[in-house]
Amino acid sequence: MKFAVKAWSNGKARSGILQLGSCPHNIETPALLLTTRKGLPVYIPPDHLPSLPSPDSNLLHFSPLHFLEGISLKAISNIGGLHPLLGLHDHIMVAVPRDSIISIPDHDSTNRIGASFETPCGRMLIKPADYMEMISSMRPNLWATLADEVPAWASEKRNKASVERTLKWLDECITSNSTDGAVLGSVVGGSRVEQRRSCAQEVARRNVEGFWIGGFGLGESMEERNPLLNAVMDSLPEEKPQEVLQGVAAGVDLFDSTYIYHLTLGGFALTFPLESIEKQVTKYQPNSNSGCDGTKINLKGTVYRKDTSPIVDNCKCYTCQNHTKAYINHLLNVHEMLAHILLEMHNTHHFLGFFRSIREAIHEGKFEQFRQKFIGSRHEHIFSAALNV
Amino acid sequence: MILGRFNRARAAQLILPHYECQTPLFMPVGTQGTIKGLTTHQLEDIGCQIILGNTYHLALRPTSELIDELGGLHKFMNWPRALLTDSGGFQMVSLLHLADITEKGVTFQSPVDGKPMLLTPEESIQIQNRIGADIIMALDDVVRTTITGPRIEEAMYRTLRWIDRCIAAHKRPHEQNLFGIVQGGLDPVLRDICVRGLVERNLPGYAIGGLAGGEDKDSFWRVVAQCTAALPEHKPRYVMGVGYPLDIVVCSALGADMYDCVYPTRTARFGTALVPEGVLKLKHKAMEDDMRPIDPTCDCMVCKTYTRAYIHCLVTKDAMGSQLLSYHNLYYMMKLSRDLHSSIVEGRFPEFVCQFLQKMFPQGDVPEWVCNAMEVAGIDISSCCAPFSWIPNKVEDTQNQEVKQ
Repeated sequence: MKFAVKAWSNGKARSGILQLGSCPHNIETPALLLTTRKGLPVYIPPDHLPSLPSPDSNLLHFSPLHFLEGISLKAISNIGGLHPLLGLHDHIMVAVPRDSIISIPDHDSTNRIGASFETPCGRMLIKPADYMEMISSMRPNLWATLADEVPAWASEKRNKASVERTLKWLDECITSNSTDGAVLGSVVGGSRVEQRRSCAQEVARRNVEGFWIGGFGLGESMEERNPLLNAVMDSLPEEKPQEVLQGVAAGVDLFDSTYIYHLTLGGFALTFPLESIEKQVTKYQPNSNSGCDGTKINLKGTVYRKDTSPIVDNCKCYTCQNHTKAYINHLLNVHEMLAHILLEMHNTHHFLGFFRSIREAIHEGKFEQFRQKFIGSRHEHIFSAALNV
Repeated sequence: MILGRFNRARAAQLILPHYECQTPLFMPVGTQGTIKGLTTHQLEDIGCQIILGNTYHLALRPTSELIDELGGLHKFMNWPRALLTDSGGFQMVSLLHLADITEKGVTFQSPVDGKPMLLTPEESIQIQNRIGADIIMALDDVVRTTITGPRIEEAMYRTLRWIDRCIAAHKRPHEQNLFGIVQGGLDPVLRDICVRGLVERNLPGYAIGGLAGGEDKDSFWRVVAQCTAALPEHKPRYVMGVGYPLDIVVCSALGADMYDCVYPTRTARFGTALVPEGVLKLKHKAMEDDMRPIDPTCDCMVCKTYTRAYIHCLVTKDAMGSQLLSYHNLYYMMKLSRDLHSSIVEGRFPEFVCQFLQKMFPQGDVPEWVCNAMEVAGIDISSCCAPFSWIPNKVEDTQNQEVKQ
């Protein structure tokens, strides 16, 4: 794996290029890892993947724990790992134990032997050796080490244990590693700045090619997250790519997010403007019944019953090129799977466009302006929606 | 337009307002304006020619008025090829236990507010005119094939009386083709009266209804054979609700052209794949380490990319499992349709039928009803049938876990 930062903007925000041996494409960062279920997007069928922007859509996030039942590791290993199993030879597979949807860390049951997860096959205790067996069978391009993730409310003592275990497991994972995939060292520490900092410093001393910043999205607030991220980022060497859940501003390069999945399940479509945020703000009419906050619309809303326009005018995605809001509204009303297929395609396309805009803003040295504009346009909407009530 | 024939079997071109179809053909069922789990782009890739929409469901949601206002079902679901809608009568009988059929029409309890509602032949046609499919179906008086007695006769005569009301109510005869439905249960005399009555009306096409409802296979093919023999040569014949590959091959040999069934997509959602040997249950534990494609002879996207083991871990758990299996199963049905068409055109239909039967019944245990039907169809299948006295007790092919239908 090779990674090089190409541009900085407003302090820590950065844009870089990620090269991986097996993948013919260079990936520009900050980049989004697409959520998958057993390696494929939840609804987008494989023959529609080429309709997504490339190579932006080639980064796939998966949880090895999805394969705990149904197919043996030996079978996956025999076929040559996940790439041939999924027929996705040009995609970059990134393994992270948890997925935030169906494989959730269960800190109460985690002990010094292994990390516990709630999975579709029940609660499972995964030891570092088990995890490494999965990694060596699945052969991801990038993989995060096994972590003991704790929620924001964990006690100081539990938090300390989590850091100690995560570092111990990191060493065990690296020692028994037999694959050529790049290692992302897991950084934990819950919501304690000191723990975060010391964990990051320790991980940075190990032979890792990048960092996975875990333990977020587990009860901490947006405000709490910033100092935590900064504590981590300040302790990490600059030339390595880091993967977290939020924080371009803090200097994060790769993101995995279940945002698209949850939007899609709820019938939401992303609609925020991708370019010249300033100009387009006035075009968006908030609707009290559609759960609209200026970034998305809920297509279940009755206002879309007869709306024959695409979700976003001029959007190049398969869904907007072929279908109307009225049709998706009908599909949602009658609980048809095609609604989710079409929404996942649009939302993925749109969110990847958002990441492209972020990279452009960084290249132009205007990331902070971009960020303020985005936040500002959202506030304006909430404000005007409030006036309408 | 008939392009080729072999005895009673025919391969034809069916020119509809939105598509020029090749028959025999299978029509997947897209009940609510979508084939479950597939995009219209995928359906075109698979080679799907006509999609069936259910009038009853579409009239409830999003309503036929809305479909009409937005430019018809083709535009609403963005499907450029042909569509067919049923009359809505069948769903009332099958879904609603409180349906009451009188001379006026079908009275049923509204699933929305529970009030009694009446679907008349006129209203069924009016709704279908608004939906705008290439082929629309007359409202018929549907009775279960397993019922006997005077009710069958009453239903048949009522179907004939209703066809005139349907024809009179049809407002778009130049854009939509109204098919009549032959009823009459398993009684050859009643079927004969119904066929003659409908043929007199000179409709653009005819359907054979009231089958695929649990009757025995020997009665089933005899009704099909009787109707196809009596229906005009130059009009399409549609056997309603038929979708097992074996039934389609037999009906095509007897001179039928069109079929529809939820079976390929429904069985996919339950984890079953259609293969030349019959069916493959992907849920079965034996699939766990099976690194072969679902069907090594299939050229579809799923078989070219995925192993049985991977599909096994998706089926009945993840949406993608039913999406991929539905794709494969419909591809299989479309391939079967194309093979029937080309083998008839190229004069090698009997060879195709024999190959099909040999794969499905490798031990030569072709069911007797198939042998009987093929004899009537003038297709010699002796090469793939073991003499009856030699048939050993069927041994389960446990290694492949391929179970016959």
